[in-house]
Amino acid sequence: MMIRAKNAQLSNKLAAIVSSLGLSLACALPAHAESESGWSLLNMTQGVTDISREIYSLHMEIFWICVIIGVIVFGAMIYSIVTFRKSKGAVADVTLVHNTTVELIWTAVPVAILVFMAVPAAKTLIKIEDVTKTDLSIKVTGFQWGWQYDYLDSGVSFFSHLDRKSNTARELASGIDPNTVDHYLLNVDKPLVVPVGSKVRLLLTGADVIHSWWVPAFGVKKDAIPGFINEAWFKVDTDKPGLYRGQCAELCGRDHGFMPIVVDVRSREDFDAWVKAQAAEQKQAATPGAAPAQVAATASTTG
Amino acid sequence: MAEQHAHATEHADHDHKPHGWRRWVYATNHKDIGTMYLVFACLMFFIGGAMAMVIRLELFKPGMQIVDPQLFNSMTTMHALMMIFGAVMPAWTGLANWMVPLQVGAPDMALPRLNNFSFWILPFAFFLLLSSLFVPGGAPAGGWTMYPPLVLQNGASFPMLIFSIHMMGVSSILGAINVVVTIMNLRAPGMSLLRMPLFVWTWLITAYLLIAVMPVLAGAVTMLLTDHFFGTTFFTAAGGGDPVMFQHIFWFFGHPEVYILILPAFGVVSEIIPTFSRKPLFGYEAMVYATASIAFLSFIVWAHHMFTVGMPLAAELFFMLSTMLIAIPTGVKVFNWTTTMYKGSLTFEPPMLFALAFLFLFTIGGFSGLMLAIVPADYQYQDTYFVVAHFHYVLVPGAIFGIMAGVYYWLPKWVGNMYDMTLAKWHFWLSTIFVNVLFFPQHFLGLAGMPRRIPDYAVQFTDWNMVSSIGGFGFGLSQLLFPYLIWKCVKSGQRVTSNKVWEGAHGLEWELPSPAPYHSWQEPPSDAVIARGAFH
Repeated sequence: MMIRAKNAQLSNKLAAIVSSLGLSLACALPAHAESESGWSLLNMTQGVTDISREIYSLHMEIFWICVIIGVIVFGAMIYSIVTFRKSKGAVADVTLVHNTTVELIWTAVPVAILVFMAVPAAKTLIKIEDVTKTDLSIKVTGFQWGWQYDYLDSGVSFFSHLDRKSNTARELASGIDPNTVDHYLLNVDKPLVVPVGSKVRLLLTGADVIHSWWVPAFGVKKDAIPGFINEAWFKVDTDKPGLYRGQCAELCGRDHGFMPIVVDVRSREDFDAWVKAQAAEQKQAATPGAAPAQVAATASTTG
Repeated sequence: MAEQHAHATEHADHDHKPHGWRRWVYATNHKDIGTMYLVFACLMFFIGGAMAMVIRLELFKPGMQIVDPQLFNSMTTMHALMMIFGAVMPAWTGLANWMVPLQVGAPDMALPRLNNFSFWILPFAFFLLLSSLFVPGGAPAGGWTMYPPLVLQNGASFPMLIFSIHMMGVSSILGAINVVVTIMNLRAPGMSLLRMPLFVWTWLITAYLLIAVMPVLAGAVTMLLTDHFFGTTFFTAAGGGDPVMFQHIFWFFGHPEVYILILPAFGVVSEIIPTFSRKPLFGYEAMVYATASIAFLSFIVWAHHMFTVGMPLAAELFFMLSTMLIAIPTGVKVFNWTTTMYKGSLTFEPPMLFALAFLFLFTIGGFSGLMLAIVPADYQYQDTYFVVAHFHYVLVPGAIFGIMAGVYYWLPKWVGNMYDMTLAKWHFWLSTIFVNVLFFPQHFLGLAGMPRRIPDYAVQFTDWNMVSSIGGFGFGLSQLLFPYLIWKCVKSGQRVTSNKVWEGAHGLEWELPSPAPYHSWQEPPSDAVIARGAFH
């Protein structure tokens, strides 16, 4: 059955390869939803925060500017290639070697276009860098290979790793079809939980080497550097609670490809209840007699 | 002119070159050394290419099938080092060795023994680097960018990496000094700076970039070495150091380095497009100044490689704006090339085909480069396949196609035989189609969220990865045509009778017989000959 499915898949693929050849414009297709097939994954996500949408529109604006310039420049090239062929009897105009006016124009016009692009980009950047008035601070520590989250306001602290199913399937020649694993390589044992509609500040650092915390739907990517603390923030739309996924984006050694990020965005009440439960659980674990959960968690990270 | 020919022919009969292995080991002739550089580059291109094939094979579908993640990381690291330092840079030095003396009317490179030395360092450097594949812990796996602290986790391969980089750096610096001295001191009388061919100009500027930044790289890797073995903490926060400082130093080298890889290609394309348009280059002086501007800007844009490390807002704005400025001189170049074709009389021999593919596809790489300059958007692009697509567009159909265009352009002059045009056109079409199948889908993968340097991926990325891998295998296989075609040309190509080879060719190299005699321009060309070859 798998072979049959493969064949059908392959012929679909061939069709799509053919259609993909002229495809630079296809970039402009609307952003994807997670359930769509791989072929339609062509563009950046719009995400679920104001910032991620601003980034998306900057990206699209510059993309379209490039398309317009491309049409003009490639058009001029193709026109010249088609029209001025020796085989069609074209004779070279050897006097055409210099034209100050034209050269000034094609230097000045790009300057104007660049200014036009830079202004909105700078505005968005200034917003992104404003890490004031946050509701909640979470310390994020990247390590080989997973993430540690410390809620600075409530003392809740835990580790987050690639979930067991993906971790088994991703072994060399494991024999497990990744398509049968739920969110292969993008699932964790314990997600980061945050409240919806709150400005969440992340304080990022690295325990061993440099990692980078990236969740595309939030428009956040920031390096986690040992010995230094970086700041980033996001604020998820109040009507968009749910699970959001990302990955480490800085090469960090053998299992760099296997340290996903999952953020569980909940309503404020659910979040508060979760924090309370976590704090209670942690307190219980810390009392003498009960096994130190944190040590066990640390030990399992070496795997 | 006739005198020159007679002289050259007579000389070819007794040019006293040593025979057998001595000719190559003791080589001081710029043509022999150029040939060795080019053959070496070709060999490294195929070794680096084989590593890319391993990468594409592993990424053909999700799940780990053929390599361990550590070996995968070694493959990406070594692929980059082989291609940058082993293939592209030596290929350009080889072309400079062959062409700079011919084009400026010099009898040889200015420093022939240094030339021999700078070449012969390379086989040892790459033997050392490649042998690291077989030491405990495997080859370097921390990325060609060698970021600490990760790079310090490499095992026995770490010092091998550092010393091989040192050797490559010495070789590059010596080669660059030779180019500068040759151009500055051995130009024929009458060959003023603004009469020099664009290839000579772009190489002169490249040579200055090399001299400026290779010592910076050497310094950075030496600091890594002392951090690892001698207890310094330049890049270790625990000892008061800063891992990000390495990135600043590295990219201060790294950004000029990418122009070192591409500027000579600008030169080659600026030679080829006028030849096959039968029309002088449009805006020659603007081309020279644009190249110089790009070189200057390359020193003040380095931090755009590291927007996510957490820089102050002002620094991010500065590096965004300075990076965007590069689009202006680069745009001028593209417009000038296009206008050179306008009202020309075009034919499409293999060098022209490769130059045109360069023109189109390098421009696509330029567009994605502009997008990457926009800091907020870069937060989404950084370290994804979008970046991989970007730099492969500027390096493969950019630098590599530039080298191939140059070889197809000058090969008949070197060996005196024409190559198989039909086969060369096959090579062109297969390369151009597959390079797009290979790299275009990587834009989609990156935008959809696939990080770079990962050995395995989430299943939604399967489809485009398969396409990319198919393009990769096709591209890799089609490259085998290239050495075969050159070998066939040398062995049994049709004799080239004219000096000019190409109808529209201009420049001093086309005033010499084909093949160019072993010793050329022992008497400098006359002013009239120089003027005939110059654009103005």
